[in-house]
Amino acid sequence: MDFNSGQFWSSPITYAVFLPAVGALVMLLIPRQQEMTHKVLALITSLVTLGIGIYILTQFDYSAGSRLQGVVDTNWIDAINARYIVGLDGISLPLFALTLLVVPLCVIYSMDHIPAPGNAKAFLILILVLETGMLGSFVAIDLVLFFVFFEVVLLPMYFLIGVWGGEQRQYASIKFFLYTLFGSALMIVAFLALYFLTKNPDGSAAQTFDIRQLQALSGSSIGRTTQLLIFGGMFVGFGIKVPMFPFHTWLPDAHTQAPTVGSVILAAVLLKLGTYGFVRIAIPVLPEAAQSWAPIIGLLAVIGIIYGALCCLAQTDMKRLIAFSSVAHMGYVMLGIATLTPFGINAAIFGMVAHGLITGMLFFLAGSTKERYHTLEIRRLGGLLKSAPRMGWILGFCSMASLGLPGLAGFWGEFPAILSSYNPANPTRATVLFGWSNEVVFRIFMVLAAIGTVLAAGYLLYLYQRVAFGEPKEEFADDPHIHDVNAFEWVSWVPLLVGIVLLGVYPNIVFSVTNETVAPAVQQIAAAVGGG
Amino acid sequence: MLAFVAPSIDYHAFAPELIVVAILAILVLVDCFTSDYDKSSQSSVAGFGLLLALIPVVTLAMDGTVRGMFGSPESGYAYVVDTYSLILKALFLVSGYVVVLLSQTYIAEGDYWEGEYYQLLLASILGMMVMASARDLVSIFVALELLSIPAYMLAAWRKRDLKSDEAGIKYYLMGVFASAVMLYGMSLIYGITGSTLLTEVAANLRQFPAGQVPPIVVLAVVFVLVGFGFKVSAVPFHTWAPDTYEGAPTPVTAFLAVASKAAGFVALMTLVFVAFPGNTSTIEPLMFALSAATMTVGNLIALRQTNIVRLLAYSGVAQAGYMLAPLAVYGVSGTVGLQAIIAYLLIYAAMNLGAFAVVITAARKTRSGEISSFGGLIQYAPSLAVLMCLFLFSLAGIPPLGGWFAKFAVFRALVGAETGWGYALAVLVGINSVIALFYYARVAKTMVMDPAPDGDLSPVRVPFSLRAALVITAMVTVAVGVLPGLVGHFTDSVTIGAALGS
Repeated sequence: MDFNSGQFWSSPITYAVFLPAVGALVMLLIPRQQEMTHKVLALITSLVTLGIGIYILTQFDYSAGSRLQGVVDTNWIDAINARYIVGLDGISLPLFALTLLVVPLCVIYSMDHIPAPGNAKAFLILILVLETGMLGSFVAIDLVLFFVFFEVVLLPMYFLIGVWGGEQRQYASIKFFLYTLFGSALMIVAFLALYFLTKNPDGSAAQTFDIRQLQALSGSSIGRTTQLLIFGGMFVGFGIKVPMFPFHTWLPDAHTQAPTVGSVILAAVLLKLGTYGFVRIAIPVLPEAAQSWAPIIGLLAVIGIIYGALCCLAQTDMKRLIAFSSVAHMGYVMLGIATLTPFGINAAIFGMVAHGLITGMLFFLAGSTKERYHTLEIRRLGGLLKSAPRMGWILGFCSMASLGLPGLAGFWGEFPAILSSYNPANPTRATVLFGWSNEVVFRIFMVLAAIGTVLAAGYLLYLYQRVAFGEPKEEFADDPHIHDVNAFEWVSWVPLLVGIVLLGVYPNIVFSVTNETVAPAVQQIAAAVGGG
Repeated sequence: MLAFVAPSIDYHAFAPELIVVAILAILVLVDCFTSDYDKSSQSSVAGFGLLLALIPVVTLAMDGTVRGMFGSPESGYAYVVDTYSLILKALFLVSGYVVVLLSQTYIAEGDYWEGEYYQLLLASILGMMVMASARDLVSIFVALELLSIPAYMLAAWRKRDLKSDEAGIKYYLMGVFASAVMLYGMSLIYGITGSTLLTEVAANLRQFPAGQVPPIVVLAVVFVLVGFGFKVSAVPFHTWAPDTYEGAPTPVTAFLAVASKAAGFVALMTLVFVAFPGNTSTIEPLMFALSAATMTVGNLIALRQTNIVRLLAYSGVAQAGYMLAPLAVYGVSGTVGLQAIIAYLLIYAAMNLGAFAVVITAARKTRSGEISSFGGLIQYAPSLAVLMCLFLFSLAGIPPLGGWFAKFAVFRALVGAETGWGYALAVLVGINSVIALFYYARVAKTMVMDPAPDGDLSPVRVPFSLRAALVITAMVTVAVGVLPGLVGHFTDSVTIGAALGS
């Protein structure tokens, strides 16, 4: 296999994307009763996919991260000039790797944690289909292809929540589905508008869905108002997925009701599809509109940070608290993106990976807690450090990571994002917010976001204190169900814990990859707008 | 007085229709010579005949020349065989074949007249094939009656059942009423233009400068199109559809919902693109209103349905709204809109027939059309439940299932028009897709997440013919979703105006 050959069948990216789907097809043919076969098959599939991913990581030329690598560009739907274009660069690589890592861990965790009502076959098939959709979204360089993969994740997630979820699962699953579909309907209209309205420099219609070409033309032929509207369509589509305030209301329900593995994938990867969409598509393709929208995005991001944190303080359910903390954390990511500076966008990508590892881990912990205590009500829990000390320590570690303790991954997502808003792009540009300049507006955001970190420390420590400290409550004092971390949990958790430490101590692993891509891309955006 | 000159007939061009006529005759003969208790030969002959008629359709498509009959190069032709008509004939033949597969066990086990059933079905399909080629007001009307009258009878085929009688009579009365309105419109058009040939109608209508079109022309155009609005169940002419669909035998419902609706669209497209290409100021607002009302009302009422067939009926109404949408910008989008509607019809046929196939199969066990009776389907018939999910989410337009490309094609036509009306309708289609998802997902939810209503988990026996129908429709639904080029390949070359020299 030659990494840069450009052939459909010889590109490892193609294999990595479609292998999980093939595995799912094979599993479809095996009777449901052979549970062990299904588990082993799913594990092998996801591990082989991870193996291909590692091969891709070794072949990737890190000195040229800004260039798309391993590109495949072949015909797909000739009628509309939609092409099968996939490739990886510094922006997508970290998220691609994150997906490859998280899915096998979820499969391992599922080995002895298939939630009620059972049926390992269907459960694992859905996870593998989900993996194909997620990997595909991160490598697609064609808008239609991206849209298709973006939607492929919907159905498996709908069923994962709806069948294996908690009490309110049916409400939560349909809410998740409807919200996302509403966003993507507007998104596809926006994509089509780009397709028709983008013109080549010579005035001929470009009629392309190729993100590279659209980025090069950067929408300069489109009228200003139209640009703003098209960006708005994409904003709603991606913003719902992130989720940004005020589109976030599906998230607490979906997270709380989803089975553990579903929550983990939702938090670790699915939310990133939204932020990735901003960085990959919305901003590079329409840089001018992005400039105008940036203060609004920043404002909503900051509202998300504060609102999410306040909601966390009011929660009585551990899982719901973690879900709201996601809203807050994704707010930092969006704030970084809204600055439109290399620094901010680098921070945002790091924040995505860090949030994926940390919140994914927290949902694993919530799932395991639920399994032991059969409840997640915070006031009934307590004394985890006594009844299951290792798990208690891990929870403490993840809470610290999540609140942004320096030395752990969370810090490098939050702190640079806050810092970057001190110097947004186009500092003197007047914004829609009272006509204040970008600089003023974003410095206000910076202060508010910093207050958000204090609140984060508040709710996470409060959570940890009530769950882990003290004596175990009477009803659970001698419960034999409450055991410490078991082998499957260790195997599925250790890679995430190692990742959290590694990224915290040496964040350059990610920054060195992303910066190569982000810096030139932002310069290009600045150039398109006309002097940054 | 002119002496009668026999028109020259291109037998190759007529071969598909002639084969269907021949099979129809054979069916009658076979019916006379077989025992009343074993009419199984009827469905086999009918199915075989429909596939046989596909052969000349394919050879004609490979040949590729546009063949016209009954007319002259200057005036245009009354009967045309081009890519447009061929692709639609193929659609009618294949969906007719699937309907035969769906009918086999239903009609045989239900103690209904079998021989006549297939004969009428073939007659109706013949009418649709004629419709695809007709380029003359009179032949369009004849084709419409040929396809409708057998359908009225088929709708009432569940004799001794009041609902079926109601279905038949309602369909008949509404259909005849629509025909009358349309015929009146046609007579006005003939009076204005002095011709029934669509190309001449178009040429004569063009003499009115824009903005000075006499009201009588507007009236005529609206009457003709409204007549077909009944056929495609556009709101507010949809009221017959749910009752007829619920009462008719389910395979007939599938036939009405797919083939008959497609035939209505074919007539609409032919008329709009060939006869009234210049009347955009009349037709575009009309189609905008029809399309917007049809999809919104269809979807909102579908939300409240508890019977699966009625739900599919209203979903079909909504889908018709999406299909009408490109006509609201046809003056700008032109061929792209035409191709979008055809692509939609092809994909819609596969997914909707598939959904009906599952309903018919599941009803063999549950004996019910209530959505709640689908509870627990995933437990006793997992493959049926998975297939139904496929079809439903395809109807909702979720990639990677076929329906997404159908909707995408519509979006493309609407957005590509680059008009405010086009954008508005595109957003409305988007919002409606979200509403629609809710009721499609509700059915999926019942099958996958609810328990079986009476705890009965005995498996469903799937007869071979239904299995074949399910496999065909599912394969098309998935294949088109992953490789939309398959449909694009066919619809891309479709043009209608150019083929007629207008």
